[in-house]
Parts: sequence; C-alpha cells; structure tokens
Amino acid sequence: MDYRKAGLRPHEYETIRRELGRDPNETELRIFGVMWSEHCSYKSSRPLLKLFPKEGPSVLKGVGENAGVVDAGGGWGLAFKVESHNHPSAVEPYQGAATGVGGIIRDILAMGARPIASLDGLFFGRPDSAKTRFLSNGIVKGVGGYGNCVGVPTVGGKTLYDERYEDNPLLNAFCIGLVASDSIVSSQTAEPGNLVVLLGSKTGRDGIGGAAFASVELGEDTKASRPQVQIGDPFVEKLLIEACLEALEKGLVTSMQDMGAAGITSSASEIAAKSGVGMILDLDLVPLREENMAAWEIALSESQERMLLIVRPENLDAVLSLGQKWDLDCAVIGKTVEGNRFILRKEGEVFADLPASLIGGGCPEIHWPAERPKDLDQRQSFEFEPSGFPGDLSQPLLRLLASPSLKEKSWITRQYDSMVQVNTVQGPGAPLSLIRIKENGNLVAITMEALPWACSLDPYRGGYETMARSLRPLWVAGARHLGMTNCLNFPSPENPEQFWEFSEAVRGLADCCKDLSCPVVSGNVSLYNESAGRAILPTPLVCSVGILPVSGFPLLPGKWKEGDFLFLAGIENASIPGSHFQAVLQGRLVGRPLPPSPEMETGFMERALQTASRQIADSAVPLLGGGLGIALGKEAIASGVGAQIDLQIPTHPLALFFAEGGARALYAVPEARVPEFIRTWTGFPFRMIGRVGGDCLCLPQSEPIPLQILSNAWKGA
Amino acid sequence: MNASVVVFPGSNCDRDVLYALGKIAGIPAVPVWHKDPVLPEDTDLVVLPGGFSYGDYLRCGAMAARSPIIQGVREHARRGGLVLGICNGFQVLTEAGLLPGALLANSNLEFICSPCLLRVERSDTPFTNAYPEGTLVQFPIAHHEGLYFLPERELQKLEDNRQVVFRYAAADGSAGAQHSPNGSLNGIAGIVNSSGNVLGLMPHPERASEKLLGGTDGLGMWYSIKSWLEGGAR
Repeated sequence: MDYRKAGLRPHEYETIRRELGRDPNETELRIFGVMWSEHCSYKSSRPLLKLFPKEGPSVLKGVGENAGVVDAGGGWGLAFKVESHNHPSAVEPYQGAATGVGGIIRDILAMGARPIASLDGLFFGRPDSAKTRFLSNGIVKGVGGYGNCVGVPTVGGKTLYDERYEDNPLLNAFCIGLVASDSIVSSQTAEPGNLVVLLGSKTGRDGIGGAAFASVELGEDTKASRPQVQIGDPFVEKLLIEACLEALEKGLVTSMQDMGAAGITSSASEIAAKSGVGMILDLDLVPLREENMAAWEIALSESQERMLLIVRPENLDAVLSLGQKWDLDCAVIGKTVEGNRFILRKEGEVFADLPASLIGGGCPEIHWPAERPKDLDQRQSFEFEPSGFPGDLSQPLLRLLASPSLKEKSWITRQYDSMVQVNTVQGPGAPLSLIRIKENGNLVAITMEALPWACSLDPYRGGYETMARSLRPLWVAGARHLGMTNCLNFPSPENPEQFWEFSEAVRGLADCCKDLSCPVVSGNVSLYNESAGRAILPTPLVCSVGILPVSGFPLLPGKWKEGDFLFLAGIENASIPGSHFQAVLQGRLVGRPLPPSPEMETGFMERALQTASRQIADSAVPLLGGGLGIALGKEAIASGVGAQIDLQIPTHPLALFFAEGGARALYAVPEARVPEFIRTWTGFPFRMIGRVGGDCLCLPQSEPIPLQILSNAWKGA
Repeated sequence: MNASVVVFPGSNCDRDVLYALGKIAGIPAVPVWHKDPVLPEDTDLVVLPGGFSYGDYLRCGAMAARSPIIQGVREHARRGGLVLGICNGFQVLTEAGLLPGALLANSNLEFICSPCLLRVERSDTPFTNAYPEGTLVQFPIAHHEGLYFLPERELQKLEDNRQVVFRYAAADGSAGAQHSPNGSLNGIAGIVNSSGNVLGLMPHPERASEKLLGGTDGLGMWYSIKSWLEGGAR
C-alpha cells in the first residue's frame, strides 16, 4: 500500500520508517494515516496552541486529558470542552450533529464526570436558501434528538447566518460535567497487568476514516462519504453514562477513555502512551456487528457509544456484571504489559507492533507559511458611511431585531430539553446560561461566543474581543471566571493568508486570556472548512465558565421596572466595522474592530462584579451583537415595559446605538440605588441614558416604537 | 409513607423526581430497577418518570409496558395504591392499559420544550387535592409524543366520567384544544383512571418545584399526595 493513499506526507512516512527502523505494514500505515491526520494530530495547530496560558489557581486538570477540570468549590470540579463536528454535519446533518453531541458527552464522561449541560454553536449559510433550511433543520433535530434522549439539558448556544457557511455549516458542541475533585479519572493511571475492557456498542464499519475525512476540504466526492459519518444511538449512550459512573463510583476502573476519532486505536494507544505501559489487543475479542471485518477496520472503526476501561483483574467480574445490568456489550479485548509496545493481533497473527507514543505523539509539526492578506489594507480602510439611513433609528433597529442572527430562536430552543436534571436557572436565549450545582449550591455560568465578522477584518483584535466578550456576561451576572475552552474553526492552513488569519486569531485569544488570567483548559481545532475554493470565515469559538457562589444572587436581564434609571457602562463610540449593522444592513465588511484594552476589561470586571453582588441594579445585560440598540430592544421586550432614551452627544446616533465591542453593559437601576451605582462606576466611563416606563421604546429623534411592534419584529410574527 | 420511582434504562427524570419527592416534598423515595418484578413492600406511591424508557425507537413506552416491574405496578394499582406517570411514564401507563388512550406525535412533528399553563379540572383526586378546582398552574412540557388521543365515543366517556384532571389553558382561564401546544384532543394534559388512583400527565410537576428554577406550582401535587397518604384528605 502506498503511504500517500493512507493520507501521509513524504516526510511523515520517512519519520515512521526512521522511528520503526523498517517499512510499516498495511495495517500500520492505515493507523498512521488516521492518527497523523490533522484532526487527530493537531500537526498544523500545535505550535500555535502553545500560546495559550494553561495554568491558574482554578485548574484541577488542564489540557492533555479529554477535558479540563476547574474547581467549582466544596470538593467539586467541572469538566468541560467544546468540539466541532463540522464535516459530518455538512454531509449528513442529523447524524453528524447527533454524534457530535454524543462524542463531547463521552469526553466529559471520560473524566469521571456526570454531564450536566450542553450548548451548541451553529453557523449556517444564507438564511433563505433551501440548502440552509435542509441543513439547519437536520442539525437542530440531531442535537435535540440526541441530547433530549440522554437526559443532558441543552441550555444555550450561538447561532449565526452568513453566506460563507453555505457549503460548510459549523456545528460546535459543548458539554460540561460535574465530578468530585478526588475522583477525576485520568488516562495516565493504567498499570502493567491490567485488563483492557471494551464497554458499549458493537463495532461495525461505520465511520471508518472519519478523522481523515475531516482533515481535508469537502469535495463533491467526499460529500458522497456517508459511510464515513457515524450513526448515533443516544439510548445506548445513556446506558453507557450510567454504567461508567456506577463502575467509577464502585472503584472498579483504573483508567478510562472515550472512543471517538480513530476508535480503539486512538483510545488504547493514548492510555498506553500516557501511562507508560505496553498493550496487547486481540481484535478477535471485539464484539462485532458485521462479518469479515479486517484488523484495520476493527482497529479504526468509529462506531459510537463505546468506552475503553482499564480494569484490575480482581475487578473484572464486577465490571462484567455491570455490563449485564445495563444490557451493554462488555468484553476483555486485551491487557496492559510492561514496556511501550502497542500490539494488535487477530487470529494469533500480529497486525501491528508499534511504539505506543509514536502513534499519537510522533507526528511531526507542520509550520505553514503565514502571509498577511494582500487586500487587508484595503478592507481595513474605513470611513463611516451613514447614507441610506435617515435620522430615524427605529427602522434600523426593527430590521436588526428581525435579522436571522439576532431574532428570537425559539424554533431551535423549543426543540431542546433545556430543563432535565432540574438545575437550569437560566436556559437558552440569554447572554449566559446558569446551572445550579445541587451538591454545593453554587451556580455555574456558561457563555458561548464567536465573532467571525470581526475576525475576518482583524483576526487579532477579533480574537481578543471574542474572548473578552465571552467573559463579560459572566461578570455582569456576578460570576467569576474559572476557565475557557475553544473550538478553532478555520479553512485550510495550507493557504498562507488563511494560516495568517488563524495564527493572528489564536494570538488574540491567547493575549486576552493572559491579560485577564483565564486559563485555557481544553479545546479542539477544525481546519479545512472549505469546499470548491469557498472558505468559511475565521471562526474561533469560545466557551467560558464561571462560578457564582451560593450566597450570590445572579443579576439577570429582562427585569426592567417602571421608573428604573438606565445607564450605559462603557464607551459611547464602539466599532461599526464587524458589527451586525455593517454585515447585515450595509452588506459589506470593512474597517477594523476596536483595539484591545486590558485596563478597560479589568476595570469593567471589578465594577460589574460589585454591582451584581451588592444588588444595585434590577436588570443588566452586556452589550453583544447589535450593540446598545439591540440590548434596549430585547430588554424592553423581555421586561414588557418601554423606555425613554434621551442623550445628546457628538457620537453619530447610528454608531452610538449599533456599534459593537468593548467592555460595555446596559443597567437598569432603581432610583434609590442610583447614588451607589454612580459611586461604583466612578473612574470608568458611564452615562445615564434614560428611564424605564411607558409602552414604547423611544429613541432620540426617532418615532416611538410600541412594544408590540418590537416584539413582533423580534419574534418574526 | 413511601414512594418508589421506577428506573427504566432510559429514564432520565428519575433523579429529578427522587429529588423533588425526597428533598423538596419530604416524601421518602427510593429508586426501583425495571428488572425487579415486585415493588418494595411498603410502597404507597409509584412514580413512572420521564425519559426514553427503552430508547423508544418503537412506540414510546411500548417496551417498558412489558418490563418485569410493570407486574408490580399493576398489582399495586389493583390494590388501590397510587401510581403517577409523568411524560414518558404517562406513555407507559397507556401502553400498559392502566390508563385509556394513546400519546401520539405532537401535531407539529417536533419535540417541544416549553412552559405551559394548565387548568386543574378536579381537586378531589389524591394528586390534586391541594389545588382549588379551576386553578391555573404552570408546568413545563418536554416531549415529542404528547398528543393525547382517544376515539370520539371513548373520549366522551372519559369526559363524562370526569377523568380529565389537567387541561392546557390560557392566562384568562379558558382551557381546551385551542390551547394544546401539541394538538391534544380537548386540550387534555393529564387524566386519571376511573377509580382515581392512577394519574398520567405529560407536563412535569418536578420541574416546577423550586423558585430558583422559575416556579413552584408543582409543589401542590406533592403536597396533595402527602396529605392524601397521611390520611388528611382521604
């Protein structure tokens, strides 16, 4: 077999030959082809990921395990991670999305954590195209169909429409789980003489080569790759969760790994390499659902709902009877031994004999050339052009409220069970999600953010702003951040301009994390999101997690009260470039988003946390997509009361109301607390902008908008 | 006073119900495995919780209705013991023939998760005696198959027997088919059997039992059961 057919590059093949001191056989070549694919090896992104700060006082387990774990207080940890399932969802939307959800849940389970919430990031193409309807319906039903059945609530997410996702929709699935801090499972704890146990579904030919398929551009031929998309069975996943958690609780498991990309090979060799043991697997012992499967097919199958358990011999009977209790296949497929060899046998014949560490860790990094896009200067030159928008602000506000990315998403969120497990304090549709931890009474705050428009104009600034914007809702609600996870969705790194954008965006994210002391605890990279030369926008997606102590009280949006004073905290002239106003209403992305300001962020954080903990405000919302105008509109709709906005400043009204970015929030403060609010925010830009009351939203020099009209626009009624 | 919560392999609201009963309502509750043929001897109330019992790739609840524990549940119901089926549990009760009718796919053919207003049609059942008749309560629904269906003549019989306990409603107090989020006939959200000791409902009272989570209207159901079992309302 030719190494190129396995997807290997010449220097990679040479590295294998050099390390082995011989030619690899066919099974071994296929293993390297998958394990050294971009998807599994991170060969193009590893140099960049080194920029992320990974340490912090909150980190219990950092990057390197299936998911990072941070300290949630009282002896409890939170394991979380976000992961893409873009290529499969583009080909087979329902199953692609469903198995994306299933995969991330198993990552969390592999840490020994009970999954407590999911979020999903959805990026679709033209909102009115038949293709988008087909893909978005399938993906949403897939996310719901899987999450609803396994009993993990889907509590929030992010949805954005842009024609550059037309052929390459993105599905990023986030999951968070709860684990006792002293019971975190590691893949580094296998010992020689343990048994290797496969628990869960039977192994079939589904998803073979899925990782390799996710590592190239989507072509017409790869879209015919349905067999490379896995099929999900959420019912079995539910059984698997309960069985694994029960096994862990009884102390029966020495180490554990989920099986995702590259199946048995990836999970087993990872445990072997990280634990420093050898492993011998007999593939005849794997329960199969198809006949005549070759050794490499069994070794690389991506059949879903399987976990690999490392078990001491004396615990085997108890593990087998647990499998029986939960009606799951459970089989010993091999053992750990002294040394570092990873050996696959079938019918007594050795099909692969490799150093374990070479499989997952041996792929040489690729340092792609980066080049600043030639047209960037031209795209970044910007002069605000308000023509086409006469003085009245109500029209652009109503049009933005009704735009697909900003309008109400209940058609999506209604299809998700957001309440199972009875912990959902704040579900979908808010700037953050809040989950109660019954075990210690604290609230977990979670955000998901991505700003591809800003990133396309200035990936460094866009990356920085993405990260900061994921943290601000936590602070405004009163939660301190514990850590973040990210999913880096980009097109091919082989194009130097695209690789430059990728590098700059990562640098922006990393700098913000360093400036604000937010450790990166896990993540995922998805490259080659392009087809037929059409690339997606640079889309780094961030999920941040924070904690609100039991004594705290979350400060949430949608709670305006008649007579409240409205305050804008933050600067008045943010950025039109990269905003919804520019992308949606002006239809042309130009200029540069705001430069980062760490001082403003920390100043904002301190005051926002104080405002929340002292309960100075009735309602608060960070300024996100659509800026101040959309924040006012949504607050009025959710609160069921209008407001009179009155301010005369030199900033152009369109920029004042629709520019985006920077540390900013809208507060509604009861009259009696106004002096305290002013004291709290002194030293930071803020301004009183109006007062809550009436049944219209009245913007300066504009027609008053009745609440019903606002609400109809937003809900598309 | 003891409650048993049946755990089918795909139940996913079992822990939620155990929490609501044990931690909030103060009714001691234990999980009971679906493979057990009998209930714990001292069981007063059995709850069949929400979820996907056996994956429900077949008709929802069809396989669960044939599981070993259902023998024990039947026995318990026959003796006049209380049985409460929530969501998937309601589907299981209809499949087992312990309640009439069937739960079909929602009329929009989509899963619906949403808060719902319900009107309490009877306050003389073991499950609803704490609510004055006509009370409006808000419980969330979360299901794909919740359209309550019964052929017309039997439906009339069900209404004549006053077996409808919860009906989808609007804030003005009106209730009926026009307020069904899922297409349920006559706006039916929950029913009892003719002797009144078996209740099935699609909405989730356990999700409306804490202020922190947005509402406490479900507490009335736990308190009703408690006072019934304590003998106060019997």
